[in-house]
Amino acid sequence: MRPAGRAELDSLYFDYPHFDPPSAREQSADPVPVAIVGAGPVGLTAALALARQGVRSVVLDAKSTFNDGSRAICISRSSFYILDAIGALPPFERKALPWTTGRSFYRGRQFLEFQMPDNAAERFRPMYNLQQQHIERYLWEAAAASPLIELRWQSEVIGLEDRDDAGITLKVRDPNGAYELQAEWALAADGARSAMRRLKGLRLEGENYEGRYVIADIRMAHDYPTVRRALFDPACRPGGTVLIHKQPDDIWRIDYQLAPDETNEAATTESEVRRNVDAVLGEVGHDGGYELEWWSVYSANTLALDDYRHGRVFFIGDSAHIVPIFGVRGLNNGFADAENIAWKLGWVLRGLAGPRLLDSYTPERRGATLDVFRNASKSASFMTPPSRGWRLMRDAALSLALTEPFAAELANPRQMTPYTYGESPLAAADRDAFDGGPPPGAVAPDPKVDDGFLSEKLGGAAVLLFGASDGLEALEGIQGLQVLRLPLGGEAASAYDAREGTAYLIRPDMYVAARWRQVDVDSLLTALRDLFDWRSAP
Amino acid sequence: MTPEDVETVYEALARALDEVGPSLSEIYLAKISLALAHRLGDVAAALDIIEGCKADLPTESERSI
Repeated sequence: MRPAGRAELDSLYFDYPHFDPPSAREQSADPVPVAIVGAGPVGLTAALALARQGVRSVVLDAKSTFNDGSRAICISRSSFYILDAIGALPPFERKALPWTTGRSFYRGRQFLEFQMPDNAAERFRPMYNLQQQHIERYLWEAAAASPLIELRWQSEVIGLEDRDDAGITLKVRDPNGAYELQAEWALAADGARSAMRRLKGLRLEGENYEGRYVIADIRMAHDYPTVRRALFDPACRPGGTVLIHKQPDDIWRIDYQLAPDETNEAATTESEVRRNVDAVLGEVGHDGGYELEWWSVYSANTLALDDYRHGRVFFIGDSAHIVPIFGVRGLNNGFADAENIAWKLGWVLRGLAGPRLLDSYTPERRGATLDVFRNASKSASFMTPPSRGWRLMRDAALSLALTEPFAAELANPRQMTPYTYGESPLAAADRDAFDGGPPPGAVAPDPKVDDGFLSEKLGGAAVLLFGASDGLEALEGIQGLQVLRLPLGGEAASAYDAREGTAYLIRPDMYVAARWRQVDVDSLLTALRDLFDWRSAP
Repeated sequence: MTPEDVETVYEALARALDEVGPSLSEIYLAKISLALAHRLGDVAAALDIIEGCKADLPTESERSI
């Protein structure tokens, strides 16, 4: 919602473009390898990741502009890697606000300052704040510049026929009429109220949490660093929790918890929102005034589909899972979904891998969702205790935290633990002994190599070979597989616990698939076939 | 701890609960439990006590006498 007198898209800092529907009808029914439903950040990331592999896509979106309001604002380090891999990173690096620190307060007194893991050897910071509008614009600009991506706005999917081995037909309606679009695969990136999910007759299953929050974006000149502030039981909202995040353009996001007796209707009137924002700003010592940008009310859910794949449709992002905002994993997991399915579909469409590879999408990405549920549930039950017992212990811990650091740690959201695909069918159990380095299923470390980082040398699947590695020339000719030779004794060898002959098989999303102390061509090819249903011969 | 030590703690708790009053007794005891468990440094022992202390609690009517 916006203040009285301002239209729905009348933002203080962002000009929403207006996108026309496709004007020509001649080619609109031409078959396409991948149809992507939803031009939000997740759909566009998938389109860009497919385009990196040379795979064409059509992106359909029912709207005529970007999503409005205050949505995702935190982009994690792992997502920056994804944005880099799809070639969209530069505007994000220019605009987003990096941060590492959170401060928590109990009744006005700071009891915790936490640092997310970071050091000079990392390529990216642990977290960046950026409004979703900017995220969507930057991705749209990158997608619009790609000859392999066709964006169709005001194009609503109103029917689908999944013909299994024969592909999928989407019935699309735009202001000029309806038509059918044939695709080999479809990605449903159409958000929490996914039309694709409804057309497939699927429902999200899970839990709703009690706590409700008003989310308000304001613009103010406020001198405070990019630090996430959490206020527990503050004077401005007794008994409740308030979160404050800095965003670019002097925009600040304030989330404040509603008491059980405050109705959504009463809490979202402009005068009530202003009264509460005034109170929050009074508490943090800001008296320089502000402008109200937008507000809404939010309650936490943990909801997911049982299977993220149904026939020829893969669900990515919010269409597959809704997570509480406190773990900042909603969009970040959506980015990871998009990257995960895009490299796998790309390999299948290019003939590098067989269809068995696609079976790994649900266990990997649904596993990541369930992991978020576990963490987010902890986080949500601290932010918004679900019952009397939880409330009592939370308050006891906060009271203790003012003098005892161990109790303060209970309020540390620990948002940065990367998810490991240890149980994935794409992770080969170690046969050789390693003392360190990333095991199969873990995220590959990104040490400095030469004048840059390892990740800057990678693009797609890769084998890292350490030392001289004689006799492995045959690997160089495998289509779709990059071979990168790395010296012993450097940062990389140390990060990977490498000796002469050590090799790591790295997936396009920079997870480790397998590793060997002494690799040979046969064991590597066997791993490629066993893990990825690999069809490309040397 | 000797029986005398236990008695000292028992009396200190009784006095402190009267001091903080009935409305804050519960959160005060929860806070004490967390602090003592941390000082104890033994998760299994702490969980054992949490579970064991559920036994033989008086009923509401017994306590109102």
